[in-house]
Amino acid sequence: MAKIKLAKSKVDKLVEICKSFDNEGSELINVLHKAQQTFGYLPAEVQEIIARELNVSVAHVYGVVTFYSFFSMVPKGEFPISICMGTACYVRGGEKVLEEFKRQLNVPVGETTDDGKFSISCLRCVGACGLAPVVTVGERVYGRVSVGDVADIIKEYQQ
Amino acid sequence: MEKMIKLTIDNKLVEVPEGTTILDAAKQIGVEIPTLCYMHLGDMGIEHKPGGCRICVVEVEGRRNLAPSCNSKCAEGMVVNTHNMRVLNARKTVMELMLSDHPFDCLVCAKSGNCDLQSIAIKLGVRELHYKGEQSTYKVDYSPSIIRDMDKCIMCRRCETMCNDIQTVGALSAVNRGFESVVAPAFEMDLEKSTCTYCGQCVAVCPTGALTEKDHTNQLIRDLADPKKTVVVQTAPAVRAALGEEFGMEPGTLVTGKMVSALRQLGFNSVFDTDFAADLTIMEEGTELLDRLKKHLEGDKDVKLPILTSCCPAWVNFFEHHFPDMKDIPSTARSPQQMFGPIAKNYLAKQMGINREDMIVVSIMPCLAKKYECQRDEFKVDGDPDVNYSISTRELANLIKQANMDFLGLPEDEFDNPMGESTGAGVIFGTTGGVIEAAARTAYEVYTGKTLKTVDFKALRGMEGIRSATVDFDGLPINIGIAHGLGNARKLLEDIRDGKSQYHAIEIMACPGGCIGGGGQPLHHGDSSILKKRAAALYREDEGKAIRKSHENPYIIKLYEEFLGKPCSELSHKLLHTHYFDKSTDIEIE
Repeated sequence: MAKIKLAKSKVDKLVEICKSFDNEGSELINVLHKAQQTFGYLPAEVQEIIARELNVSVAHVYGVVTFYSFFSMVPKGEFPISICMGTACYVRGGEKVLEEFKRQLNVPVGETTDDGKFSISCLRCVGACGLAPVVTVGERVYGRVSVGDVADIIKEYQQ
Repeated sequence: MEKMIKLTIDNKLVEVPEGTTILDAAKQIGVEIPTLCYMHLGDMGIEHKPGGCRICVVEVEGRRNLAPSCNSKCAEGMVVNTHNMRVLNARKTVMELMLSDHPFDCLVCAKSGNCDLQSIAIKLGVRELHYKGEQSTYKVDYSPSIIRDMDKCIMCRRCETMCNDIQTVGALSAVNRGFESVVAPAFEMDLEKSTCTYCGQCVAVCPTGALTEKDHTNQLIRDLADPKKTVVVQTAPAVRAALGEEFGMEPGTLVTGKMVSALRQLGFNSVFDTDFAADLTIMEEGTELLDRLKKHLEGDKDVKLPILTSCCPAWVNFFEHHFPDMKDIPSTARSPQQMFGPIAKNYLAKQMGINREDMIVVSIMPCLAKKYECQRDEFKVDGDPDVNYSISTRELANLIKQANMDFLGLPEDEFDNPMGESTGAGVIFGTTGGVIEAAARTAYEVYTGKTLKTVDFKALRGMEGIRSATVDFDGLPINIGIAHGLGNARKLLEDIRDGKSQYHAIEIMACPGGCIGGGGQPLHHGDSSILKKRAAALYREDEGKAIRKSHENPYIIKLYEEFLGKPCSELSHKLLHTHYFDKSTDIEIE
């Protein structure tokens, strides 16, 4: 019997989330969204519980989690940095900004720095194309970011 | 009345009902458009047409892009071209792109000669590869029954349809995206750690060498050549009804005698029949059924009914993973394969004057889950398995070919005794409904003390996924349920769990059609007419048997007299019964 461990409060919270979507298998994506919002990421244990509650296979849950880049199986940093790779941001240098964040923090996309402070991810369009290229750190949005701004943004959160 | 649609395919006028795909309409006028990911399993009601591989593209006049014919519907006045230059070039390009990420080990691949990717590449006349790109490099996953080599996967996703929609096992899913995408168990763990039941239906539909069975033929060749070993073989009932297909014979041709000849020529010391062990299973399982029934009638509230058959190892794996709360409902009787082993190694070996460890018991099975069953710990004595290993019908066919035998010209031979003698009841174990019919024949006579006028319980036969019938035990109605295919089994189990089930006994076989459609059989490509012919062959063999009830098998009677005592005796329990495990993921709350 394969064993997984999870704290009771977390299990209860997940059961509650699933219940709020009527334990419907077709609501899987919404449930995953809510679970990631609550726990910050979606480790295997969380996926097991969700599969059990929605009565779908764990393989299916894992398939969905790995398909969408928004979902993450590793904890995000205290300050999650997202760089927009939507068309407008991309053509205005979003990719160079991304490369600069990767270089300065020394982590690849989808991972978290050793001190747990920062993680880098890409996103597609926050609906603020007029501000391209856009970077978000947590809930805060930075517009017209240039490669030269990267160090300043990181410094803001390093104290 | 359904609306009819007229269209032109390759300059021929076709009339089809609204909703027909271009692929099916073309078939109607004899045009076979090549397909790869497409899979149509007629009677199972499953048509897998993701339109992903793009091999079946055709040109529809007026449309900018080529259309995948497997999931494009015909429209009034449509003009379709299935083989102009644009179409042929597109197909070739698609194939070349697929091959650019495919290993070139066809010469040594287990699927070579039986590979859809290969045969379509040949059909398309691919002679050059213009594309060089990144190649997938996945670790090969070796489980006890199935080998996954995902470098050879073309993402047709047929295995997913079998595993999730038909079998409802849910072991496989497409994971990741883009070039990284692959069909895998949850968290990309090994199959052995997943909820896989080893039913092998994914292997049966895989168009490439990505999913194959673990091959035991080399081990067998080594053991046969070892003078210190006494190698005995048992053959499952379903094998004799399908083996001939590998040698060009019509589906449903019985090759029992030729198979026995072939096995003897391969060098087995004794050629026995799993059907003998099937008769033994009926004695044990039937006694257990009557015992539970009697207690139930006496008003015992703790007795578990319905009793579920336990012959099918994939089914056993299924309830251990998915319904562990119900693991005390199935019969504790081991499968015939695992009853044969201990009788051979404890009773026969003594008669032959050899030690247990010098005897190798091999089984020929239509099944891949049997390979896993052989190596379950509870079926070993001091590490020595009761059945050393199992080879599939397909592997046996290869072995016969390697030995340069003219299979069609082989004489008809007889099984050896004592473990080669079987009744008609043992034979029909190989098809859906057969186990419960065999059990009914014996249970009726033991319960009522009367002789059956006819042994044919025709109400229990057929190919419907879930069937039920009531058998009259001299005034006592016995409700019987039958399911084949694990998706159907799940429905019956959910009814039991919800307290909705009225059955006394239920037979379950994991594969559609039962063992005749097993994951180790010659590929039937979802053609259920082949399954029906194989089933008919087993009923024919049953009819031709002098003895058709398990409890009348003279060697079974002798085995109980000389060795076991009576059914469900202490020794029977030790050798012929088993117990089940909870294999579900246990969530420990901290």
